[in-house]
Amino acid sequence: MLRVVNGVSLMAERGQVTALLGANGAGKTTTIECAQGLQKRSGGSISLLGQDPGRAGAELRSRVGVMLQDGGLPPSARPIPLLRHIAGMYARPRSVDDLVGRLGIDTFARATVRRLSGGQKQRLALAAALIGNPEVLFLDEPSAGLDPQSRQLVFELISELRAAGMGIILTTHLMDDAQRLADYVYIIDAGRNVAEGTVSQLLQRDPVVEAGTDHVRTLVFEAPPGLDFTGVLPDAIAVSETRAGSYVASGALTPRDLASLTAWWAAHDVMPGSMSLAARSLEDVFLDISGKDIR
Amino acid sequence: MTAPPATATQGAPARLLRRILLQGRYESLTMLRNGEQLILAAVLPLLALVGLTVTPFLDGFGASRINVAVPGILALCAMSTAFTGQGIATGFDRRYGVLRFLSTTPLGREGLIAGKVLAVLAVLCLQVAVVALVALPLGWQPPASGWLPGLTLLALGAVAFTALGLLVAGTVRPEATLAITNLLWILLGALGGIVIPAERLPALAQGAVHYLPSGALGEAMREAFLHGSLNGGAALILLLWTVLAGAAAIRWFKWN
Repeated sequence: MLRVVNGVSLMAERGQVTALLGANGAGKTTTIECAQGLQKRSGGSISLLGQDPGRAGAELRSRVGVMLQDGGLPPSARPIPLLRHIAGMYARPRSVDDLVGRLGIDTFARATVRRLSGGQKQRLALAAALIGNPEVLFLDEPSAGLDPQSRQLVFELISELRAAGMGIILTTHLMDDAQRLADYVYIIDAGRNVAEGTVSQLLQRDPVVEAGTDHVRTLVFEAPPGLDFTGVLPDAIAVSETRAGSYVASGALTPRDLASLTAWWAAHDVMPGSMSLAARSLEDVFLDISGKDIR
Repeated sequence: MTAPPATATQGAPARLLRRILLQGRYESLTMLRNGEQLILAAVLPLLALVGLTVTPFLDGFGASRINVAVPGILALCAMSTAFTGQGIATGFDRRYGVLRFLSTTPLGREGLIAGKVLAVLAVLCLQVAVVALVALPLGWQPPASGWLPGLTLLALGAVAFTALGLLVAGTVRPEATLAITNLLWILLGALGGIVIPAERLPALAQGAVHYLPSGALGEAMREAFLHGSLNGGAALILLLWTVLAGAAAIRWFKWN
């Protein structure tokens, strides 16, 4: 028996977006497919709306919307007849016309699924998942293949559904998606969850700085190549030249550190070509936790 | 998640019968819109019908060639639609994740399979109508008492072949399903006792052919539409194939 997932424990609430974050092959899809009842699990327990999804009947399935990673839509179908067909499986479906208009499906309504772009397929798959008016929505990599406009559209819709009380569980390997959408994040690595929390809790989780002190920030600046910043900043904050003339300083930077750095620039008559200061991203946290090796 | 109080707006399934009928209609229309399926379901059987009426292969089995040919062609139609057609369609649906997605809707796996069987039976009804419309002007004269046992066993044969088609589609890659079901369609069509009675086949094949679903269905159809009676032995063999293939499909069908 192959254990793909062994040690994942998570809970998703109504009116929240819960994200499963992990690299490709971490076990995200396996986890949510078990939760959807699509895969049999060899152990553990899952409760979906108070029921075992492995034994889900039509009543439970009608309350749960699923958007699969590969879409799962028949290639020869046209979008609107397909949505009407799926809507027929429910007693109280959403309006097909509303969803079609909202997700811009009318712009490609005459094409068959096999001719749609990746983003169009994603929007259609999202409409198919929502058509039954579910209380819980599973989204497997919802922004894969979406252009920026479609992504914005999908994100706005997800936010609205959350505000309306829907429980949304999404998997993604895109940190930015999780950072923008998720109320609560589980980081999955090698089949187990290795960290969890709200986005701000995860951002405060820091391998260098003790809890209660400042967040880690990253300062990036362009200056003449080959400068030596030894002794300018505290030892815990290393300044490295990532490529000729591009410097990165990362750590618990304080206003005093910034003053030291700018004073050094003034003393040496260095005017940076550009500079930016950013808080740690979820991606930094993720890489800290799961390591930087390619799996 | 905890169970919420029921509200008037929350998702609820349509009635079971409605879900199955909808899926049956959807799958029927998909089959009828597919050009390759139409060739397999109608064009090739009709060509075979004409071929068998202008050649002497079936001489000596009945009053006219057309009377002997039509029952076998009806059996061939069932094999085309249920085994090859539905097998290939299901194989590719599996590849594209369609089966997985539909099994997350209120239709579920059982509804999906019921819908597929319904679609096969609906398309088969159209095939019977088309074959009859072509064969009656050519002189086909089926006994009135043959229709009930004939159509009943044709439906049973279609269910047996659907189970076999799903077994292949659910266990191998769709490209392999395409190859296997097309190859078996040719082999069973030519040598499986479906259109050409076992007695006309090489001696070595004769014994085995009676136990094949193709041979059993071909014999059952000829018994019904030539003599107006039910072939109990052939019906039993078809039933056995249905049960065995159905159980094997339930056991080994992979949805992913």
